[in-house]
Amino acid sequence: MSVIENNTEQCGNSLTRELTQNPLKKIWVPSSKNGLPERHISQRKVCMTNCPTLIVTVGLPARGKTYISKKLTRYLNWIDVPTKEFNVGQYRRECVKIYKSFEFFRPDNEEGLKIRKQCALAALNDVRQFLTDEGGQVAVFDATNTTRERRETIIRFAEQNGFKVFFVESVCEDPDVIAENIVQVKLGSPDYTHCNTEEAVADFMKRIKCYENSYQPLDEELDRDLSFIKIIDVGRRYLVNRVQDHIQSRIVYYLMNIHITPRSIYLCRHGESDLNVKGRIGGDSGLSARGKQFADALGQFIQSQNISDLKVWTSQMKRTIQTAEAVGVTYEQWKALNEIDAGVCEELMYEEIQLKFPLEFALRDQDKYRYRYPKGESYEDLVQRLEPVIMELERQENVLVICHQAVMRCLLAYFLDKTAEELPYLKCPLHTVLKLTPVAYGCKVESVCLKVEAVNTHRDRPTNVDVSRQAEEALLTVPDHQ
Amino acid sequence: MFSEQELTQTPLLKIWVPWMSSSLSQRRGSSRPQFTNCPTMIVMVGLPARGKTYISKKLTRYLNWIGVPTQVFNLGQYRRDAVQTYKNYEFFRPDNEEAMKIRRACASSAIKDIDNYFAKEQGQVAVFDATNTTRERRGVIISLAKEKGYKVFFIESICDDPEIIEANIMQVKLSSPDYENYDKEEALVDFLKRIDCYKISYVALDEEKDRHLSFIKIFNVGSRYLVNRVQDHMQSRIVYYLMNIHVTPRSIFLSRHGESELNLLGRIGGDSGLSSQGLKYAGALSEFIRGQSIKDLKVWTSHMRRTIQTAEALGVPYEQWKALNEIDAGVCEEMTYEEIQATNPEEFALRDQDKYRYRYPKGESYEDLVHRLEPVIMELERQENVLVICHQAVMRCLLAYFLDKSADDLPYLKCPLHTVLKLTPLAYGCKVESFYLNIQAVNTHRDKPTNVNIARKPEEALRTVPEHL
Repeated sequence: MSVIENNTEQCGNSLTRELTQNPLKKIWVPSSKNGLPERHISQRKVCMTNCPTLIVTVGLPARGKTYISKKLTRYLNWIDVPTKEFNVGQYRRECVKIYKSFEFFRPDNEEGLKIRKQCALAALNDVRQFLTDEGGQVAVFDATNTTRERRETIIRFAEQNGFKVFFVESVCEDPDVIAENIVQVKLGSPDYTHCNTEEAVADFMKRIKCYENSYQPLDEELDRDLSFIKIIDVGRRYLVNRVQDHIQSRIVYYLMNIHITPRSIYLCRHGESDLNVKGRIGGDSGLSARGKQFADALGQFIQSQNISDLKVWTSQMKRTIQTAEAVGVTYEQWKALNEIDAGVCEELMYEEIQLKFPLEFALRDQDKYRYRYPKGESYEDLVQRLEPVIMELERQENVLVICHQAVMRCLLAYFLDKTAEELPYLKCPLHTVLKLTPVAYGCKVESVCLKVEAVNTHRDRPTNVDVSRQAEEALLTVPDHQ
Repeated sequence: MFSEQELTQTPLLKIWVPWMSSSLSQRRGSSRPQFTNCPTMIVMVGLPARGKTYISKKLTRYLNWIGVPTQVFNLGQYRRDAVQTYKNYEFFRPDNEEAMKIRRACASSAIKDIDNYFAKEQGQVAVFDATNTTRERRGVIISLAKEKGYKVFFIESICDDPEIIEANIMQVKLSSPDYENYDKEEALVDFLKRIDCYKISYVALDEEKDRHLSFIKIFNVGSRYLVNRVQDHMQSRIVYYLMNIHVTPRSIFLSRHGESELNLLGRIGGDSGLSSQGLKYAGALSEFIRGQSIKDLKVWTSHMRRTIQTAEALGVPYEQWKALNEIDAGVCEEMTYEEIQATNPEEFALRDQDKYRYRYPKGESYEDLVHRLEPVIMELERQENVLVICHQAVMRCLLAYFLDKSADDLPYLKCPLHTVLKLTPLAYGCKVESFYLNIQAVNTHRDKPTNVNIARKPEEALRTVPEHL
């Protein structure tokens, strides 16, 4: 009894189209008459709606709107939802080259009002272009949007263009939080380059006052037909109204899990493993002698950092666990942190992969992010399986994650906002700890090399990625090994 | 200091643990990250017929499915046990001293059982399902919890839509043991008077006065939520779940792919195409679906060829989910059970000993499957009419969620080929209708053999293997 080969389904049922497996992603798709895959079938993506979404921030200045906009945009892009933020303040700075003082924002400043309205419209225009013409799925319209009138304008704009609208309002009256905000992100703004700290703070407080009188927060009753989340006091309390779909539900979940308590995230790989030394990928080997040295060095490094309440996470593979054992604190094992599954290529050297699967090897170089190993995974799959890890990292405070090369690249790409193209080539060498500390709108990275020798496991993209290339061309960038 | 401490891999779960136990080994050897170290009391709040029991039961089912031992403690049940026969609403009158005494005693009894559940039965979450409509009652619960070191999370359901309330009463109250001897109209009238008894003293959770408590207020079956002070991972997950469920009537159809080439050969896993019988099933499935006249049906498949081929016959758009792929049998992929017995007899025995937690070498366990299916379940909760075309182990996991089956029952649930299960939420549970589409297929269900000992003979191991080519 033979197994039916690809493309030759014999059956009495004419409804079943032939299936071919896309060579890059290993997805089964129906092939059209000429044998090429059709675009008909949708892969499970986060946004199953055909309708783009416009996220609209609402709130007085220094309430964290831009912080939320940027963070949310970074998260959505990482989970493969094309998202872009449109900061009206940016448009204003381009329009009015020099910022003089808070007077620009006075509600009776006709000139100022005109310019600000123009800027908002210009931004909305770019939003339309992004969502309609450039394949964007989510646009984040980052402005104060404090009046019901302004919000009405936006709602009408969205209706005309077939966009869904979701408001994210940040309400905060804690003077300490607001002061800290101003220090962290306002003082460094281009608006205040020519001011000293006291002047800047005084001016900014007056700026906030300009908005206060006309501020109409989203209201449970008056705005009951709108979809929104009101974030009160940096996450102490949330009011969520009329979540319409999957993406809004995910956004709400994300916003409810992030916090701004200062903390650091430490990322590192397991110590050098026996398979690393042999230049073999994957597998589940133990640490080499140098790997064990690293584990000790890591233990010492962590102790010296004096981190309060550090959580340690590992994968379920021997090499990360052995590494964690040396650190000497309790750790949690996450299957989701396991290294990328290389399927049929598990435990092979690059030279062997080139020999046995030259086509696969070339395809991987062509699109390393989307390429799925036969019976294995792709970086794209990895990101999906790491999403719960990221969500929990957002909830946590000080964490040390001991993981693997591909996994670490995915996590790093999330924190440093790297694209899908850059992600698979991020440098994550063995025996190096990265300390990530959120600061202002981004993340400070400190790299600590623990001075224990290890092989290099980083393979750059070779110049020739064509399937017809010579073996030497394919293997040019393979790092040295035993 | 890195000692000579070696690691060993636990044979069942395939988890690496230190060879020697140490003071640090308490939380090792678990196949999932642990996020809770202290038990949580979920306290329901709300007038009668606001969906508290519906939410309690559904939430409990979800938490148990994802591996968090949870139990509901329904005060009405305690009251029915104490006061054998229900006469009428007068029992609930706020001036009925006698009844008040009984009700307070029931509450204490329930709380005592909760203590026992946490202390002696390794429970992690207890759902205290009662009206808890006064600040005083809630205060009592909070102090008790504080004493014992439990976390408390309130779930309040607020609804003033009379239609929803009446529908509630019709769905679940009329059939309650309380109203066995009533006719429908009388029952409705009595129940509404019962609600009135609570209304006078009802003090809802307040944004200001209760700002130090952790809670979620659900308005009008989910159109609005107020969430206050989420303390930890568990509460965050609970909130996310509550915000995704709905009560709109709909049906979920579960089916496996049509019979595959490897099914015929008695081989597990792999990525083969449909056999000729399988293709016939695909056609029959298409007719069946059309016959059901389902509005706005979504169709989901895995990434494996056999489910996609099956979906193709339906002629409608479908989404492929990698998460719906069959359980990864690791080194045993594409083997027959006979071959597994011959090459890995110890593994084969371990699997029979604990089929839920057993992980194939370089593969997965049912426990891993449940974890990876969680986003699928979450999205199924959000959706309305869905047809899921998947695989045997996957279908067992999904079915266990909907039918509240334990981890022990789950891996032995019967999910034969060529049979569609139609699940329709009803009252507090799920109605199941099974449709065998009359296309012959092999049986792929292997029962647990009597002898699961590693020392057993091959014949004993292979006794329950279904027939194949």
